[in-house]
Amino acid sequence: MSELTLMKGNEALAEAAIRAGCKCFFGYPITPQTEISAYLSKRMPKVGGVFLQAESEIAAINMIYGCAGSGIRCMTSSSSPGISLKTEGISYIAGADLPCVIINVQRGGPGLGGIQPSQADYWQVTHALGHGDFHALVFAPSTVQEMADTVQKAFDLADKYRMPAVILADGLLGQMMEPVAFDEDAEIKLSDASNKPWAATGHQNKRKHNIINSLYLQAEELEEKVRQRFERYEEVKAKETMAECYKTEDADIVVAAYGSTARLAKSAVELARKEGIKAGVFRPITLWPYPVKEINEACKNAKKVLVTEMSMGQMVDDVKLALECRLPVEFVGRTGGVIPSPAEILNKIKEMGGDR
Amino acid sequence: MTNDILLAGFGGQGILFIGKLLAYLGLYGGKQVSWLPSYGPEMRGGTCNCSVCVSDDPIGSPLVLEPDLLLVMNTPSYDKFIGSLKAGGKCFIDSALIDTKCDRSDVDCYYVPATQLANENQLKGMANVILLGKLIKETGIASGEVIEKAVHKVVPPKKANLVEANLKALKIGMEY
Repeated sequence: MSELTLMKGNEALAEAAIRAGCKCFFGYPITPQTEISAYLSKRMPKVGGVFLQAESEIAAINMIYGCAGSGIRCMTSSSSPGISLKTEGISYIAGADLPCVIINVQRGGPGLGGIQPSQADYWQVTHALGHGDFHALVFAPSTVQEMADTVQKAFDLADKYRMPAVILADGLLGQMMEPVAFDEDAEIKLSDASNKPWAATGHQNKRKHNIINSLYLQAEELEEKVRQRFERYEEVKAKETMAECYKTEDADIVVAAYGSTARLAKSAVELARKEGIKAGVFRPITLWPYPVKEINEACKNAKKVLVTEMSMGQMVDDVKLALECRLPVEFVGRTGGVIPSPAEILNKIKEMGGDR
Repeated sequence: MTNDILLAGFGGQGILFIGKLLAYLGLYGGKQVSWLPSYGPEMRGGTCNCSVCVSDDPIGSPLVLEPDLLLVMNTPSYDKFIGSLKAGGKCFIDSALIDTKCDRSDVDCYYVPATQLANENQLKGMANVILLGKLIKETGIASGEVIEKAVHKVVPPKKANLVEANLKALKIGMEY
């Protein structure tokens, strides 16, 4: 490993993408993720990759559609309003069974909203990232090092299951600097289409055409395609969930939080424990598939669950479903770009009876 | 031990730069560190601030709302943040740019005419580093070798000729 260097979350993620073999980046600037584009605009040409600033988010996602169809690892990034623009293209990509990585460094919404950190795109990314029956893999890193480490995982699983993968960050993680290390000895090898027999690389009159398409006019044919895709989703749900449990073993109150809010939740739990309250943190790292087994394990001794997010409580329903409503689930959070303080979370823990 | 530090001033005074230098001082001193800039529209010609956390434990919130240490380089920042400084905290003030004297009795304030010292020592634009030197001195947050290493790291290669000037500025602050 190299020595620790301070990098912004956005920059660490961008460097990690190259190290994961991402050969092409297509994007359009928007705060608070522009450092990803800025970094790759300098770095991509040096390693023989492609950096292209598209004329819009819609153009960028359709470039991804084409690039992914040719079997090349590619990535686009944006922030909340820009992701909304991309959703049509993302649906096409899912409908054509193509792998790619999409970054959302969230900001306040709806509408143009604001530019400060937010987690208000949870519903969109986990439940409806475009029209039609489909899912995307969703990863939620919580530190700058994890911003980097998640990228490799996202590319690998996107390729394995031939589906889009999203890294859901927020303005806080994108803008903050923390120590990060990369393996300096690892060779940088940008991807090609080998190991992707489905890729549209030119048939040379030697094989059948590979057709990349999401249009099926025969209803039964489309139904069959979607059913096959959902069988694959079952495998993803069974094998690919990831979560972190922090001091949940003896916890009366489990705080469920993801991404940067999980950091605040850990601080709140430390404060609570100093006051003799047994609290812990359950942190889903994959938001789809949701770590159902892991949250049940984390809550096995819990009496109550507190969800905390930088939104109006979009993850609450997923927590209730995962726990089959066996435990009372409450919520505390801030929205619109306001970052909750650990003290606010602590107050809620106390209010829930954690002080008895 | 946790030091939550807030640095504030006008855009262009090098607030983010000394924040980064401070974070490297912590990192090379074996601590956990984080650095978070304000990135709102206030950065254009207005006030700019930066949160730095230096801790023995993993850092939860990188956003500093109630600092242990406050470094300010303009009056709007002083007015805005002096009330949020924790009791027992320390405040470092560029007294060449801020006239006000602090009336809080539960905090320690250090008045350094950093901008004036910079001009007198042919270190124009390095008032930020001088004021940081004072912070290092009064908190013992870093020493000798670590300081050298951190300065070499944060001064970009293209401006390597400024390493010595930065070290000189830190020294002036530490000896003030």
